[in-house]
Amino acid sequence: MAFEPVLTNHVREPESYTLDFYVKHARGYDGLRKALTLKPNDIIEQVKASGLRGRGGAGFPTGLKWQFVLKDTPKPKYIACNADESEPGTFKDHVLMERNPHLLIEGCAIGCYAIGAKVTYIYIRGEFYHVQEILERAIDEAYRAGHLGKNIYGSGFDCDVYVHRGAGAYEAGEETALIESLEGKRAQPRIKPPFPAVAGLYNCPTAVNNVETLCNVPLIVLNGPEWFVGLGPEKNGGPKLYCLSGHVKRPGVYEASMHTTLRELIYGDQYAQGMLDGRKFKAIIPGGSSVPILLDQHLDTPASFDHIQKAGSLLGSAGLIVMDDSVCMVWLAMNLLHFYRHESCGKCTPCREGGDWLYKLLKRVEAGEGQMKDIDLLYGVANNIVGKTLCAFGDAAATPVLTTLNLFRNEFEAHIREGRCTLPSPWRAQHPVMAH
Amino acid sequence: MSFHPKMDYAPAQFHRSERKLAPPGEPFVYTAENKAKFDANVARYPPDQRKSAILYALYLVQQQQGYITGAGMRHVAEQIGCTAAEVEDVVSYYTMFYTRPVGKYVLNVCRTLSCALLGAERVTEELCGKLGVHLGETTGDGMFTVIEVECLGACDRAPVVMVNDDWHERLAPEQCGKFVDEIRTRGRAAFSGCHLHVEKK
Repeated sequence: MAFEPVLTNHVREPESYTLDFYVKHARGYDGLRKALTLKPNDIIEQVKASGLRGRGGAGFPTGLKWQFVLKDTPKPKYIACNADESEPGTFKDHVLMERNPHLLIEGCAIGCYAIGAKVTYIYIRGEFYHVQEILERAIDEAYRAGHLGKNIYGSGFDCDVYVHRGAGAYEAGEETALIESLEGKRAQPRIKPPFPAVAGLYNCPTAVNNVETLCNVPLIVLNGPEWFVGLGPEKNGGPKLYCLSGHVKRPGVYEASMHTTLRELIYGDQYAQGMLDGRKFKAIIPGGSSVPILLDQHLDTPASFDHIQKAGSLLGSAGLIVMDDSVCMVWLAMNLLHFYRHESCGKCTPCREGGDWLYKLLKRVEAGEGQMKDIDLLYGVANNIVGKTLCAFGDAAATPVLTTLNLFRNEFEAHIREGRCTLPSPWRAQHPVMAH
Repeated sequence: MSFHPKMDYAPAQFHRSERKLAPPGEPFVYTAENKAKFDANVARYPPDQRKSAILYALYLVQQQQGYITGAGMRHVAEQIGCTAAEVEDVVSYYTMFYTRPVGKYVLNVCRTLSCALLGAERVTEELCGKLGVHLGETTGDGMFTVIEVECLGACDRAPVVMVNDDWHERLAPEQCGKFVDEIRTRGRAAFSGCHLHVEKK
C-alpha cells in the first residue's frame, strides 16, 4: 500500500497556509469540532491508543505525557509547544509552521482541551522570524473565525494560542529550559523531577510538545487511532517527516511511513535521489547531530524509532545528515563540538568545560598536532560527560566524539601519524576562520 | 580572618563585587509605538509573570536602537518590574542580542555540519575577504558585520546566511562577492528569502 502524505500533502500549493484553504481542502478544524464533542479523557485515550510518540527527539508516548499532567489542581495548566527547532540537520517543523500553520493551531487547541489547559505558548526560535509572521497571521485568522478564543463553537471551552519568540539558544529546545526561557530567564534546564507535567511553566502543570507531534493530533481525532497505528510498524505508527541534508541530490523534508528504510530515503526517486555528484556514501547521522553515526551496512534499516535504536543509533528528530567519502571524520567531530561548545548553557560543569576541552583536543588532532595519547584523553573526557549532566545535552555533546572514535579510529590515528588532515576536501576552507 | 590573601574578612570588602552593570550609554526610552507594542505583548502572560515578555521587550530595544545598551536594559527592567541585573543576565545569554553596535546588515553565516558540508567555511572566508574584516567585525562604513552562527534550521538549503531577520539560501562561496555588491545596491531585495516563502507568491 502506497503511503499518502497527510501532514505535508498540500504544502506545495500556494495558498496552503490560509484558513480558507485549510477548511476547504484539509477538513480544517473538523478535528477540533469532533474533539469538543468528546470527553477530554477520551481524547487522551485515543492518543494513547494511537501510540503517537513525541517527534521532538525522545520519542516518548504523547498520550502518556498528557495523562501525567496533574488533574486535581486549582492552578491553570499550559501547553508549551516546542518550535525551537535547533537540532543540526532538522528542519521539519519549519515546513509545517510555514505551510500548514492551521494544523498546528488545531493541534494546540485539541491538546489544551484534552489536558484542561486554556493557553498554549508556541516557543519559536528567534531565527524563524518569517515563520513567526505567518503563524501569527494564521492565529489571527483562527481567532476571527471563532476557532480560538472564548467559548469555541458554543462548547464553553476557551483557548488562547500565543507565539513566543526565542533569541538564539539551542538549549531552549530542552523542555525545562524552554519553560525557563518562557518565564523570561536564561534557557537552562531544571532538575527533574518534578517533571513539567507536575510543575512546569509558572510552576503549573505543563505539557511540552513538539510541533510535529501536535500536528498529528487532529488527524488522530479525525481518522481514529487504528488508522494511525496502521501507517507504520508496530509501536511506530503514523506519518513521519524526515529531513534529508548533506551530500544528497535533493535535500529536503519528506513525509513517509516509518517502514521506509534509510536506503530508500537516500536513494529513492520520491526522496533524496541519491548521492551528490555520484560520489560514494560514507556515513549517515540518522537523527540530528546528537546521535551515533550509522554506516553502509545499516542502510536497510527501517527509519523507525525502534529499528534505528536496534541498529545502534537513535531516530531523534529525524534529521538525516548524509556524508560522502570526502568527509574527514575528525573534522566532522570538530565541527559538531564547536556547535556543542558554543550552545552549552553552562549550568553543569562536565558539559560546559568538557565540551570546550573536547573541541580543543579535536582541533589539535585535526591540525595534525595531536599525539596518540590524545585519543585516550578524548575517550576519557567524553565518557566523563555522559550521564553526568542535568539534561541530555551532555550526552549529545559527547556522542559525536565517541561515535567517530569508535567507527573511524583509523582516521584519528592517520591524522596524528602523518601530522596533517588526510582528507582536506575542496568544500572546506583553505584558511578556516577559527573561533579563539 | 580571611583565607584569601587579597580579601579581608570585613564587611567593607567582602561581598563587594567589582562587577558593574553594562555602561549605560545613550539615554533610552521606548517610542510611544514600541511602548504600546510592549504593553500588548505583556498582556499575553499572567499578570504576575511580566518577566515572560523580557525577550520581546529586548527585541524592541534592539529594533529601536540597533543594539542593546545599559540604558536600554535599565529601561526594560523598569517596564518589566525586575532588576537591571536580571535583564543583563538574559541579554548576555542569548546570541541574538547585540551589546555592541553592529552594521546595517549583519551577515549570520551558518557554520554547522549540513551547511559546512556544502561550503559554509568558504562562505565565511569569502565574505570576510571581500569586506576586509575579521569574523565578528564591522566594516568601516558601518554597513556589514560578519558573524558565524550555529544551525539555522534550513539545512536543505545549505549554505544559509541570515541577514538581520531575512534569509538567503544556497549561497555558494563563489557568489559571495556578487552577493555583497547586490546588497549594497538593492538592499533587502538581494536576499532569496526562505524558499517556502517564495513559492507562495
